[in-house]
Amino acid sequence: MHKRSNEPFVWLLFSAGGVVAALLIPIHLFLFGLAFPLGWLSAPTYDTVLALARSPIGRLYLFVLCMLPLFHWAHRFRYTLYDGLQIKHLDELVNTFCYGGAIVGTVIAGYLIWRIP
Amino acid sequence: MATYTSYPPKGYRVRMSTYWWLGRWPYLKFILREISSVFVAWFVIETLLQIGALIDGPEAWIEMQDFFANPFVIALNVISLFFVVFHAITWFNLAPKAMAVRLGGKRVPAILIAGPQYVAWAIVSAAVAWLLLHG
Repeated sequence: MHKRSNEPFVWLLFSAGGVVAALLIPIHLFLFGLAFPLGWLSAPTYDTVLALARSPIGRLYLFVLCMLPLFHWAHRFRYTLYDGLQIKHLDELVNTFCYGGAIVGTVIAGYLIWRIP
Repeated sequence: MATYTSYPPKGYRVRMSTYWWLGRWPYLKFILREISSVFVAWFVIETLLQIGALIDGPEAWIEMQDFFANPFVIALNVISLFFVVFHAITWFNLAPKAMAVRLGGKRVPAILIAGPQYVAWAIVSAAVAWLLLHG
């Protein structure tokens, strides 16, 4: 029997995650990781961030911002381990760690975003 | 479909060094691009920490800002920013190579495919910054 490959599906998630990561992560990281903590720009207040995050669009945005880049990481890191370290023989372990990690991360993200007051 | 065995098959095999990617710049660039995914994952963890602080209230949010102001976290975020920008640039530049668009029998120049993505990047970044600074 020929097992159908999951490759196109995970590649699609990888690709969508790559686009989201490229477009959105640099500005988020620049603002929250450098500009706000170093005082280059005045950080938004708790209430401002909460108001943005709690709206339906804000929640959807945060979910996409977490989920797709996690699957992007899973797919790309899997091949980093294969090619960089040449551990293709640990296929099952690597797959479980990478895609399992992305699934667990997505569930945590969904739970946290759902709990935003 | 190729299957992989857990032991090396008999016969001639070229041994590749585990550090094969250190030899040449294009190889190193490839591995750096692949490693950028680790910093993408780190960003998601940071975002989840911030959402957690948002749930716990204003005091937790201020404590989280102290965490982000820690010099080690700042240093890690400087490195992360380098890698995610490297990811973004290599990602946008890859699109014209992945999509060979033809118009009237001629291949559309790479700049016309990569260019609009840089414009979109600028617009999206400005929108996010505007919302957070004036929202």
